[in-house]
Amino acid sequence: MTPNHFAPPRLSLRLFAVWRRNFLVWRKLALPSIVGNLADPVIYMLGLGYGLGMLVPEVEGVSYIAFLAGGTLCYSTMNAATFEVLYSGFSRMHVQKTWEAIMNAPIALDDIVAAELVWAASKSCLAGTAILAVIAIFGFTASPLALAAIPVIFLTGLCFAALGLIMTALAPSYDFFMYYFTLFITPMTLMSGVFFPQNQLPDSVRTIADLLPLSHAVSIVRPLLLGQMPQQAGLHLAVLAMVTVLAFWLALALTRRRLLK
Amino acid sequence: MPLEINGLVKRFGSGADAREVVRGIDLKLRPGECFALLGPNGAGKTTTLRCALGLTGASSGSITLCGLPVPEQAREARARVGVVPQLDSLDPDFTCAENLIVFAGYFGIRESEIRPRIPELLAFAGLEGKDKARIQSLSGGMKRRLTLARALVNKPELLILDEPTTGLDPQARHLIWERLRRLTAEGTTILLTTHFMDEAERLANRLAILDAGRILVQGTPREVIAAHIEPQVVEVFGEWDSAGAGAAAWAEAHAATLSKRCEISGETAFCYTDDATALLAHLARQPGLRTLHRPANLEDVFLKLTGRELRD
Repeated sequence: MTPNHFAPPRLSLRLFAVWRRNFLVWRKLALPSIVGNLADPVIYMLGLGYGLGMLVPEVEGVSYIAFLAGGTLCYSTMNAATFEVLYSGFSRMHVQKTWEAIMNAPIALDDIVAAELVWAASKSCLAGTAILAVIAIFGFTASPLALAAIPVIFLTGLCFAALGLIMTALAPSYDFFMYYFTLFITPMTLMSGVFFPQNQLPDSVRTIADLLPLSHAVSIVRPLLLGQMPQQAGLHLAVLAMVTVLAFWLALALTRRRLLK
Repeated sequence: MPLEINGLVKRFGSGADAREVVRGIDLKLRPGECFALLGPNGAGKTTTLRCALGLTGASSGSITLCGLPVPEQAREARARVGVVPQLDSLDPDFTCAENLIVFAGYFGIRESEIRPRIPELLAFAGLEGKDKARIQSLSGGMKRRLTLARALVNKPELLILDEPTTGLDPQARHLIWERLRRLTAEGTTILLTTHFMDEAERLANRLAILDAGRILVQGTPREVIAAHIEPQVVEVFGEWDSAGAGAAAWAEAHAATLSKRCEISGETAFCYTDDATALLAHLARQPGLRTLHRPANLEDVFLKLTGRELRD
């Protein structure tokens, strides 16, 4: 009777109690958390945007900093979601034994992993929305279409939270996450059109880049911030949603294998 | 019936690497009793508890928790059970009161429902006025008591405690024992695991000794002691003669004739007997040897059944 770890998730509404637990902890530490999630990307955006912007007069018909704004929004959302499920998630799962305590209540592991997914997406969406506000205040976007970027960054948060949860399920210790950042997150950031247009990439790299979820997020969010309707928005959203579902399914199976023995 | 386990088997791994950690356990808890599971490390105590809670699937056997089949309805069953886990898992970012409120939320209990009960729960744990205290400021004993209070937020029918007093000082242990007695007096059924025989002897109405995944004996503490060990023990240690021979050498020479059974552990001989008069008279004539005469206890049974070798 080996349990099938790949069985579909069995969820209950109790997962919102777990979400709320994470929210209540976050609320206690909200100020440093927001400053951390906001200040770093904004400083990069302004520094690179104005610094490099002097050398690069226009990219795809807009100022470099306006080009950079959409990319910054996506990659900082990705980072916020990734850090949450990797470091904070691993603390809750492995170090503080929070998940073990919760599983003694009428809440299943499936609920906990789903709650972590939604929580990380919520937190990253909040961070992204704050960055979007800064972008608007600085005048790098003036279009009401920019508001449509908020649900997209929530989906982006879900997608990277799901991918990160795979790593959390496999991690023996915090050090393990360095591989994920160095071998996946950083190259992806450089290939996904965050800092420069993807048509600068060699064709072979471009093929890989088109498969990366961050590329798809940038492809929707950047035009929205520039007041344009994104092309093939349905395809990009479908890729993000599909990666979310498949990654969550795998992450859940790996977490069940790790904890339900 | 708070918990019924029949023919529980739990294997880890598969094929040639398979390890059978639980090998056919039957347990039936009666409402309102305190039942202790004793066993050396690796005996299968914690695995049995995890199976009972539906946190891991059994390889075979059936489990009924609070009248519900596990794992099929484990979630519903756990709503009526409280658990004090072996390792502390309190939320370090919350205060004592917040820990209780958030944990109650996992049972679907609203904050407005649990908040009025917090003074009572903290008082039960001997933590009056600590509602705003941070977890880091609590001692190990206070944390364990708060974990006990946390396990009671849902007013459980069955309370499961995995080594509740390991690592605690005597004051904290006595307080926990007193509280557990109070709970059983109020009708809560308790299932606990422990390494401490005195804990089991004091608290448990019935107990089972486990080793290598099987129950070796089961019964009330008195029954188990009466059935498995001679009533009196004389421990002998010290120097036997001027040549430096010790209690072990003495036991080789005399224990067989003076006691029913003798175990040697290092330089101490444990002589088990129905009547110690002759043995004590003999020992009184051996000035170098020191003795301790006492009634047999659960620890003697435990060591007889599970052996004296270390289990790691």
